[in-house]
Amino acid sequence: MSTDAASTVKVKVATCSLAGCFGCHMSFLDIDERIIPLIDVIQFDRSPLTDIKIIGDCDIGLIEGGLCNEENVHVAQQFRQHCKILVAVGACAINGGVPALRNRYSAQECLEESYLHGLGVVDAQIPNDAELPALLPKVVPLQSAVHVDYFLPGCPPPADAFMEIINAVLQKREPQLDYATRRFD
Amino acid sequence: MTDTLQFFIDQQAVPFQPGQTLMQAAQAAGLYIPHLCFHDGLTPHGSCRVCIVEINGSIRAACTTPATANLQVHSETSALRTQRRQLIELLFAEGNHLCPSCEVSGNCQLQALAYDLGMTHYEFVPLDPHRQNDGSHPDLFIEQDRCIFCELCTRSAQQQDHKNVFGIGGRGADTYLFAQADSSRLADTAITAQDHAAHICPVGCILPKQGSYQIPIGQRVYDEQPIHLRGNHRPDEQDATP
Repeated sequence: MSTDAASTVKVKVATCSLAGCFGCHMSFLDIDERIIPLIDVIQFDRSPLTDIKIIGDCDIGLIEGGLCNEENVHVAQQFRQHCKILVAVGACAINGGVPALRNRYSAQECLEESYLHGLGVVDAQIPNDAELPALLPKVVPLQSAVHVDYFLPGCPPPADAFMEIINAVLQKREPQLDYATRRFD
Repeated sequence: MTDTLQFFIDQQAVPFQPGQTLMQAAQAAGLYIPHLCFHDGLTPHGSCRVCIVEINGSIRAACTTPATANLQVHSETSALRTQRRQLIELLFAEGNHLCPSCEVSGNCQLQALAYDLGMTHYEFVPLDPHRQNDGSHPDLFIEQDRCIFCELCTRSAQQQDHKNVFGIGGRGADTYLFAQADSSRLADTAITAQDHAAHICPVGCILPKQGSYQIPIGQRVYDEQPIHLRGNHRPDEQDATP
């Protein structure tokens, strides 16, 4: 990893989880002690790690999870607008993943199963608060809504894959995912 | 004594017997050509097209092309690698191939080829098929939406088990695997868990009902070795009665 402390301008990184489980973020944190030299050269912008809510201009955007509702699409577009390099992180961002198992049913059928007819449902009603984002008809991959520069497959991608993508950007080279870091599960 | 018959794959001499296909001769010589629907001992099918090779500027399936003397065959070219990867991407988009929720992840030949060919994602629109699954058999389950229509099961049942168990119906996006019984239920066919056809599916379509997820990550067929070194194998293939 490049740890050139003389580099005064830090690379800005934003992350978010859309239709995901935060497992990819947990795997990112599996870089363990490697985060210490990393914080000399990168700075987190919007991310669950910083709790910053509004994204600024960034060098790298890491998006975990696919798109399952209108807010997901909005966030993906914001990331695309503000990030020089956008990375789809994990199986859900890349092909919908486990949430896409609902694609064989309509969104209405899913809502009815969860809130009307499901086991143990009490006071059955489908939530309809105006602040709740509407579900998309299907869970779709990130690249169906915005241009994606790089893909980190895996459920989750291993910590080494995160290190490789960040190191590649720091070193201004193309990322190379070897056999061990290119997994779909 | 006659001269040994041979052809060339990427400049490497490959000996062959009259009647062998390019794939059969390559496999006998220890040269791996990516494939899904080919299985040594079954009649070639030529349907998955993953084994495409280039001969005199034209693209052929290695599993159905007869070997001929001194033929110059190109296999590991950048263009063919790209086309093979796109074929794999199409198969992923056509079925329910969501690896994290699949029983055969790590042992799946479709997934292993995707790894080996450098696939990280696909741009094709997923078809999200919704076919009727079949859990009628006491030992086997059919997850229809993962079928890639390679017909290994159909051929294996007929040619190795001498039974009519499977068939392919419909056309285009409506193609489906069916059980050869009036009820269309697998339980009403003659297949048993010991049959070859029960242990040949290269993806997660025909599944044993017991034993899934018992192999730890790291010890599955393709966890450590890519398919071009490991070959096309299932962890339970030895469970078929010879």
